[in-house]
Amino acid sequence: MRNLKTFIQDFGWPRVIIFLFLVSLFVLAPFVGVRLDASFSDVLNRFGQYAILVLALVPMIQSGCGLNFGLALGIVAGLLGATLSLQFELRGIWGFFGAIALAAPFSVLFGYVYGKLLNKVKGEEMTIAMYVGFSFVMLMCIMWLILPYNSPTMVWGFAGKGLRTTITVEGYWLKILNNFLAIRIGRFFVFPTGLLLFVGFCAFCMWIFLKSKTGTAMTAVGSNPDYARASGVSADKMRTISVIISTFLGAVGIIVYQQSFGFIQLYTAPSPMVFPAVAAILIGGASVNKASMVNVLVGTFLFQGLLTMTPSVINSILQTDMSEVIRIIVSNGMIMYALTRKVKVTK
Amino acid sequence: MSPKKKSVSTWFSEYAVVIIFLAITVAAISPSKLSINYIIQEVITRLGRNSFLVIALLLPIYAGMGINFAMALGAMAGQIGLIFAVDWSVAGWQGLVFAFLVGLPIAILLGWVSGKVMNRAKGREMVTGYILAFFINGIYQFFVLYLMGSVIPIRNAAILLSRGYGIRNTLNLESVRQSLDTILKVNIGPFSVPVVTFIVIALLCVFIVWFRKTKLGQDMRAVGQDMTVADAAGIPVEKTRIVAIIISTVLACAGQIIFLQNMGNLATYNAHDQTSFFAAAAILVGGASVTHASIPNVFIGVVLLHAMFIVSPLAGQNLFGSAMIGEYFRQFIGYGVIAISLVLYAWKTRKAADNARSGLRGGASANGSLGANGKPALGDKNGKSNGESKGGRA
Repeated sequence: MRNLKTFIQDFGWPRVIIFLFLVSLFVLAPFVGVRLDASFSDVLNRFGQYAILVLALVPMIQSGCGLNFGLALGIVAGLLGATLSLQFELRGIWGFFGAIALAAPFSVLFGYVYGKLLNKVKGEEMTIAMYVGFSFVMLMCIMWLILPYNSPTMVWGFAGKGLRTTITVEGYWLKILNNFLAIRIGRFFVFPTGLLLFVGFCAFCMWIFLKSKTGTAMTAVGSNPDYARASGVSADKMRTISVIISTFLGAVGIIVYQQSFGFIQLYTAPSPMVFPAVAAILIGGASVNKASMVNVLVGTFLFQGLLTMTPSVINSILQTDMSEVIRIIVSNGMIMYALTRKVKVTK
Repeated sequence: MSPKKKSVSTWFSEYAVVIIFLAITVAAISPSKLSINYIIQEVITRLGRNSFLVIALLLPIYAGMGINFAMALGAMAGQIGLIFAVDWSVAGWQGLVFAFLVGLPIAILLGWVSGKVMNRAKGREMVTGYILAFFINGIYQFFVLYLMGSVIPIRNAAILLSRGYGIRNTLNLESVRQSLDTILKVNIGPFSVPVVTFIVIALLCVFIVWFRKTKLGQDMRAVGQDMTVADAAGIPVEKTRIVAIIISTVLACAGQIIFLQNMGNLATYNAHDQTSFFAAAAILVGGASVTHASIPNVFIGVVLLHAMFIVSPLAGQNLFGSAMIGEYFRQFIGYGVIAISLVLYAWKTRKAADNARSGLRGGASANGSLGANGKPALGDKNGKSNGESKGGRA
């Protein structure tokens, strides 16, 4: 009993409620005519789409930079990579990895500058990250209009210049990961093996990295900057590295998302991608300064499960679409809960 | 703190944002091909429309809580008031007063919630406020989209969605449109000036100036300077902060009503989305920082920001052949200004902390944590005292 109590206290009531809510949705689903196998398939698919974006938040949380509300920078780098790969007519698996390779230099550059900036504003990272992200997205909106792309699939047909707001990746690298070794059971259930393998691979790499010398130093900087400095670790350097990794993973994450979703969304699309990722990792049990792989995987699964199940189940029960409102309340409520929670150090 | 030196470079760094902004706006005026008269008339209109909302940001800044990004809560309260004013068809300026009276208790309640939440997140009030606005937005949507017309009776079927409950996406505020502006409109030269609106704004300014001199206002500034010292001096820190946010939220409620009566339309579900963005950008463009703001900052900011907002789409159209570029550019500048101001402020705070630390070499470990985290370390201290006082009460 005592164990259960401390477990719930550690895990936090909001998370328990969300978990129970999700379970009840799954239980209710068959009774209101929602197919369970199709739902599971959707949840797995969306889990794979978002997991790497959520994973991207881990390094910065660990190094003490807080929640990366500036993840939009990484997403923009990914968009640059994706659009360039289409521009160069890279197709299939080469297209997908080409997009990541092309995004890499941008993400390292953005991450480096962004990391240097965040080092100058310790303690105010989150608010600043948010506005840096917003203004950068707006700057890129102008860039998407004036950069000299000319691939006919991407530019506005009428003017012949300026990228479209949504660009399809069909014929390039649509579902390249999803379809890799995919297992189809029945009419409605598809297990996206390749996608989940890739997510697993990335999470594994991150796990190994956090165990490595650099990773440990990074965690030390996040947990106790003075101790880290006394041990000869350069806090600023570690923080910059964490920001670069976070930005790069953001780029990878959005490309994985696009190959599954089927479209590259440009202009103001990156900004709203950030908050769901932040909410997901917090639902998984992360706090503002501690996060693990388990938090990422559990959180993404819970949050995406919730987003997939609420529209279908709640709509069948109430005959209205309340999913949007529920999404807003749950995701922002979760972020707020994490921001206002007193961090318990002693255990 | 080192004594203030007003050399050219410090003066420039203090007003960097204002100067850059002025330069961009002036440069964009000629390619926009707008007449100066038109621009001035537009600026006068927008001064009347936006100033009240921007002034609502002042008190939390005095209280050291930064920019109140949760002011959208007040805006939502004001919008609920307006919905009822339209529903009960209370027209004219009386409708506005009615809307405010309906919005007032909601704003006070939301302000109290907001203050409570921010007290739990000392040191990161701004980001918390921002998320809080999103969170309450969800509840607002639930309230307006599902409860109004089903649980809460709405008599006027014309403002409901065709399914029978929930308010329409766009609400026509015909009955109260510009009712405050048109009580007395005076033409000064080629410009028409909404006198009553400006009188209301002037009264608010007088209130702010007076309020700063009251006991509560002084307490607020003491809390803004240093929470620990204020606490030691017997000022109820938490309560003072809550009061600051409540007043700010109530002012935002009134400000949003003034804003919307001028616009004449209410976008029910997203009118409040940009409220805090425009207000924050305006006050920061006007030369305020996260810790220092004054009434002149408000008016300089509104004039500069909106002059730029007026000219930039057309300048973009004429320079680059695309109005969208101008549109994106002005948003970029708006967000960029907020980012730069926040960066400059955090930078300065950190430099000051570093200086303090290098002055006290020796006790490095105790000071180090304060230097590295600046505000959070301080917040923790207060957090603890908060917990104790709560325990005492219970």
